[in-house]
Amino acid sequence: MLEVKDIVKEYAKHRALDGVSFSISKGSIFGLLGPNGAGKTSLIRIINQITGPDEGQIFFDGELLNESHISRIGYLPEERGLYKKMMIGEQMIYLAQLKGLSKSQALERSKTWFERMEMETWWNKKIEDLSKGMQQKVQFVATVIHEPELIILDEPFSGFDPVNVDIIKKEILNLNKKGATIIFSTHRMESVEELCDSIVLINKSKKILDGRVSEIKNSYRTHTFRVGYEGQQPLPASPLFNVLSSTATESGTRATIEVLNGASINQVLSHLITQIEIQELVEIMPSIHDIFVKQVTANH
Amino acid sequence: MKKTFLIIGREYLSRVKKKSFLLVTFLVPLLFLGMWGGAIALSIQDTGTVSTIKVIDESSLILSKLEESPSLKFEAADLPADEEKDRLKESENQHLLIIPADILESEHMQLLSSQKASLFVQKAIEDQVADIIKETRLTQAGIDIRTLESMEPKVRITSLEITAAGEEQESNAGIAMGIGLFATFMIYLTLFIYGSQVMRGVIEEKNNRVVEVIISSVKPFQLMMGKILGIGLVGLTQFLLWIILSGALFTVGGIILADQMPDTFNAEQMSQMSSADPAQEEMQNNIIQDIQGSLAGVDFPYLIACFLFYFLGGYLLYSALFAAVGSAVDNETESQQFMLPITMPLIFTYIMAFSVLMKDPHGPIGFWLSMIPLTSPIAMMIRIPYGVPMWELALSMALLVGGFLLTTWVAARIYRVGILMYGKKASYKELIKWFSYKR
Repeated sequence: MLEVKDIVKEYAKHRALDGVSFSISKGSIFGLLGPNGAGKTSLIRIINQITGPDEGQIFFDGELLNESHISRIGYLPEERGLYKKMMIGEQMIYLAQLKGLSKSQALERSKTWFERMEMETWWNKKIEDLSKGMQQKVQFVATVIHEPELIILDEPFSGFDPVNVDIIKKEILNLNKKGATIIFSTHRMESVEELCDSIVLINKSKKILDGRVSEIKNSYRTHTFRVGYEGQQPLPASPLFNVLSSTATESGTRATIEVLNGASINQVLSHLITQIEIQELVEIMPSIHDIFVKQVTANH
Repeated sequence: MKKTFLIIGREYLSRVKKKSFLLVTFLVPLLFLGMWGGAIALSIQDTGTVSTIKVIDESSLILSKLEESPSLKFEAADLPADEEKDRLKESENQHLLIIPADILESEHMQLLSSQKASLFVQKAIEDQVADIIKETRLTQAGIDIRTLESMEPKVRITSLEITAAGEEQESNAGIAMGIGLFATFMIYLTLFIYGSQVMRGVIEEKNNRVVEVIISSVKPFQLMMGKILGIGLVGLTQFLLWIILSGALFTVGGIILADQMPDTFNAEQMSQMSSADPAQEEMQNNIIQDIQGSLAGVDFPYLIACFLFYFLGGYLLYSALFAAVGSAVDNETESQQFMLPITMPLIFTYIMAFSVLMKDPHGPIGFWLSMIPLTSPIAMMIRIPYGVPMWELALSMALLVGGFLLTTWVAARIYRVGILMYGKKASYKELIKWFSYKR
């Protein structure tokens, strides 16, 4: 769907993007992750053709990115905003027309979306009369009204209350199911981790890593497990694992173990099973955030 | 292109639909009418306060010949000077005129007043007394006043302008000046009004953060041009409505005024007519014919076409700069530092128009100011009614077009970067840096 190749972007003396490359496959939910100031917004603006790269290319559906792609992309900027004094319905139609819809198409789709999001009564209101959360809903609809193939959401859930976050998440997943490719850009990695199937991590203008979330997590496995068992006694020592921590709970003990020397978890399990009454055994997978921190500190 | 039209449409409609637009559109002609009507009413009615003037005439020559007017009453003082002075302190609009016995030689009088005497009162008394003295002296010298008046020459000029076609066209410097000054004033005013509307529009979009949504659909240049052209159309609409409304109101207002005050109007006209001797009447008629002739000689379609060209050219040139300033700041107060270099040429030319250009429209200063694109919309408008050679006009217009293409190009390069810079205080150095960004 989208291929980003060796993108370099410089502002005066500051290099905002330094040779960033990755690709996004059609129909995926993609996470563009990194701390504030990493270069995410610069990259998104290049994809949206708001600015251009100094070096490198972007391919949209195999074609070099050009003006005809603008109407196929929907963009929700981090800095939200609409015309405060314009009627919401009128504004929706205007924005949809700017994205290339005809007036009748724009009207029809606006009506459908307004019904779907329970905003029918807002048609003749002004943005300034709505609450922040309501404004975000309007803005979300404005982002997707032209049925874009690629939807780019910059910090999508900031400013929403929990109820609306769920509504918006549901709508996004629904659009994805219908074939749209989604890019989430956020510095709050935990907020999109469970939604994304692929990610790219950016820090200080450079790509740190990218790939499928499951693969990344696999390669960053720490072989730690959580073991819950009955009784208060500590786990018996074994050459198969190290006990990292152990806490008493109401129903027994919960310990974190690290499996050593390439032993398999089954070996550990068969060893433990003879000595304690096991309640649970769960592998502790690293979060994207942990991986990010590990990578950043390792690079120093 | 289609998107630019969409933007023009939004900018235009959102402004024209506003109540304030309707208000200004209808109030301004009313205001003009009010000012005009007020001036006429004042000059006709003259309902000012009545000043009573007590006169101590030691020469016994003047008092009997002083004529009363609605606002001036003359009375002989019945008390000696000192007591009259005391009485003056307790009264209002009272004056005491002391005419010395040797008034014919000294030509000097004293006017004592309860409040400072107005210039109008002073002048009225001076004029009357001067006439009386003149008459007295003439009589003493044995000269008949009527004979003298009939001998006084009344010279006037009909100035004709040879046009390129060889026709003789009646021209009137006064009318040319009046039209020039009015056109200049309108251009100056509207460049400021609509230019700052563009700036405010840009700042509003930037503050609302809506700008990033829009420029993910259109190019920054399209957004800027759409806004500039949309607001320019608002300006043209307003001009058109003003012209139509003013015309209608002046016609209706004139009828109402003439209808309401026929007595005062006619009485004054009658008194003027009867007092004027045939020669004077003929002269008045000639003057009226003169003005009508000159007005007929004014090529209004040509003037209006020039006015619209210079308004649009100047507007496009300046509004691009205003847009660039708007993109560089976060709020209007911050815009001050960038406004100065933009407003300086406007104000400078405006002052020059009213001082130098008015007196010497075709001098070197006038020529150069009407060539430089930053100053030509104002400078040229004051020169055009006097007649400007075709090649000068063509050159000035070409330079103006070139000028606005240049400023639009420069402004667009600053604008595209500026609109995405939030919370950053821009300096001139920064603007130059933005200008040099590649994309």
